[in-house]
Amino acid sequence: MKKDLGILLIFVVLCTVLALLNPRFLSATNLQNTARLVGMFGIFSMGIGFVIITGGIDLSSGSLFSLLGVLLAIGLVDHQLPWLLVVVGVLVLGGLLGLFHGLVITRLGIQPFIVTLCGLLWYRGMANFLADDSTKGFGNAEGFETLAHLATGNVLGVPVPFALLIVIGVVAWVVLHRCVYGRYLLAVGQNEEAARFSGVNTKRVVASAYVISGSLGAVSAIFFAFYANAVQPSSHGSFYELFGIAAAVLGGCSLRGGEGSVLGILIGAALLQVLKNLVNLLGIRSSLDFAVMGTVIFIGVVTDELLKRRKRTRLLRAPGA
Amino acid sequence: MTPQDDPILVMHGIDKRFSGVQALKSVDLAVHRGEVLALIGENGAGKSTLMNVLGGVIQPDAGRIEIDGRETTVGDVRHAMALGIAFIHQELHSLDNLDVAGNVFLGREPRYGGPLQLIDRCRLHAATVPYLGRLGLEVAPETPVASLSLAQRQQIEIARALALRARIIIMDEPTSSLTPAETHRLLDVINDLQATGVSVIYISHRLSEVEIVAHRVEVLRDGRNAGTLRRDEIRHQAMIRLMVGRDLSIPSQVQARAADEFLQIKDFRTEAYPDAAVSFSASRGQILGFAGLVGAGRSELARAICGMDARRAGGIYLAGRPVRITCARDAIDQGIYLVPEDRRKSGLIGPMTIRENVTLSDLGRYARLGWIRRAAETQAATQQCQAMNVAAPSVEARVSNLSGGNQQKVVLGKWLSMRPKVMFLDEPTRGIDVGAKAEIYHLMRRLADRGVAIVMISSDMEELLAVSDRIMVMHEGRITGTLEQEAFSEEAVMHLAVGGTP
Repeated sequence: MKKDLGILLIFVVLCTVLALLNPRFLSATNLQNTARLVGMFGIFSMGIGFVIITGGIDLSSGSLFSLLGVLLAIGLVDHQLPWLLVVVGVLVLGGLLGLFHGLVITRLGIQPFIVTLCGLLWYRGMANFLADDSTKGFGNAEGFETLAHLATGNVLGVPVPFALLIVIGVVAWVVLHRCVYGRYLLAVGQNEEAARFSGVNTKRVVASAYVISGSLGAVSAIFFAFYANAVQPSSHGSFYELFGIAAAVLGGCSLRGGEGSVLGILIGAALLQVLKNLVNLLGIRSSLDFAVMGTVIFIGVVTDELLKRRKRTRLLRAPGA
Repeated sequence: MTPQDDPILVMHGIDKRFSGVQALKSVDLAVHRGEVLALIGENGAGKSTLMNVLGGVIQPDAGRIEIDGRETTVGDVRHAMALGIAFIHQELHSLDNLDVAGNVFLGREPRYGGPLQLIDRCRLHAATVPYLGRLGLEVAPETPVASLSLAQRQQIEIARALALRARIIIMDEPTSSLTPAETHRLLDVINDLQATGVSVIYISHRLSEVEIVAHRVEVLRDGRNAGTLRRDEIRHQAMIRLMVGRDLSIPSQVQARAADEFLQIKDFRTEAYPDAAVSFSASRGQILGFAGLVGAGRSELARAICGMDARRAGGIYLAGRPVRITCARDAIDQGIYLVPEDRRKSGLIGPMTIRENVTLSDLGRYARLGWIRRAAETQAATQQCQAMNVAAPSVEARVSNLSGGNQQKVVLGKWLSMRPKVMFLDEPTRGIDVGAKAEIYHLMRRLADRGVAIVMISSDMEELLAVSDRIMVMHEGRITGTLEQEAFSEEAVMHLAVGGTP
């Protein structure tokens, strides 16, 4: 909790500054739209965060959004399949692809970076191929209006993705910080050998993190597809995995593994969206938005490191208690 | 050459506090030219802190350091090196991907090619030879360090210190991973070094080595000077008395307890020695000492039995019934626990708290429907800390902040919070101070008395002979013999350890 204070502070300061500079930030429309984006990005960032906690990485998410989006359109529009079936199929496929990553990483001992990099290339290529390089649209959602409403609608004024993010966040928090599985996840990330000596099935724990990442990725994929209402296979979701990784790292996950908090990842994901919003609302040229985001992440991570160092030296120098 | 009168190093009134803990209190230390000074004390006595002050790793709060009679401050590690102080740590810092010469001259390689700064390999190798010769190390300068034994790597670090023109070499537990033969070799090297005027500060828990090699012994206790022993006063009991303020007690072995062969291992083959079929048994109520040289395959055998590594073949029987063990969990569920050799790497999760470490192996017991009940965890961890006499502010302390002895107690506490039937302890007292050692011996004996079969892998001969009820000896993957107590002797164990027949 204490560790999340830093990022929370940055987040609050950023929102305050933004609200003062441009009151439109607090308008209902803007808040709703930002919350929607936070929800979509937050959900899969959480999965990536779990993978990073095990000391791994997942680069495949962005391409996964494209592939699953294309499949969603093929199933719903081209074949007119029942939407529930298609949704379940997409979620299961996301989980299975994650399982595949996890198994290759744990059974064959190949580095997560390489395995998920292959995933990044595969899924993008498959999406291009299946869509025949053309954009797949959902049109007016004939036959799956309920799904489209669910994905793009609100509950009690709260965008569905954001509401779902809160639910998933609470579950993830309980799992990571209060449950046996979460303890194992942190233990494996910190010291896999010692965890194995303690009887933890480390391979299963690591592989399961990729399943979670794939499954949450599939959830986000559905939202992203309906948010755009069309899937352009070669660009849909590209670079999104980096937003997920950035959110996790901003939120206190160490790429060395073993560290991370659910609240931190959530605020990290929100921070990135507010930044994007800032670029829009302050009229900064949108071609600069990546540069702005890079700068803020950089400042955040460097400040964090400097604060940690100062704390460490102060601890060492502390006069007698 | 005997040590001369004027000390080359004097540390006076060194004080150091760490977040409220007084690590050093007005400590004095003097080293003469060509002197081997043994620095001993329990873990947490302040040896490492004092040496870190000398090595420039940390700055003292008060006190002064004189080198060659001139007061100086050791600003950082580089400065210490420039002053002729070299620190050889317990964990070696050699770079495995370089060759011997590359390690000896790391950062100071002879170069050519002007701005290209290419490494002159010929000169580099030629310059390395004399240092290797001085240590009697028979390896070529171009040998990759990865292919060297631990003992040889250590000597490479000494060669590096010599190449840096070190006048004072600090060695922290240099023999903790060496075989007896390698240890003798190192002690010879230290003798040669001091004969050429190099001073050595020798930190060790192995008092018999200190007896052999030291000219003077400085004992620290609780961050203060506890006393100095001159050459003719250096005796085992005298050192222990100064270290702990009392004599070390080792529980006496028991005899005439019937061997029930509770754990039986039959025709067991490990991946490390696939050609050697091993059979042995361990009995409840007994401590089976497991001797052998480093690399004899003892740890590998224990790891394979406990499901950590795959095995080629073989059966494991508990009370006559075969048990299936394919992973660590299987072994744990059968009550067969392995306390690994390397605490930090395998035994503990450093950034986690004592509570989280103690309960990790048996987390299911503290959880309801996957939800961990912290109160139950805290209670169990507190109980183990009290039973094991762990010195820590609370069970929420991170284990990485504890001393070696306390870390080992946490590892043991973790297993004792469950129901052990068979316990393999791999080098349970390595790098642990005398006081904590005695506690661990008593603990093993109490466990045995409670009906646990104990297998203690140890490279410490004194420990093996004093603690075991039976000693089994391994050589290159095979068990070369088992000694009953009446046949115990250092010679008998060594004879089997080098492959002799009983």
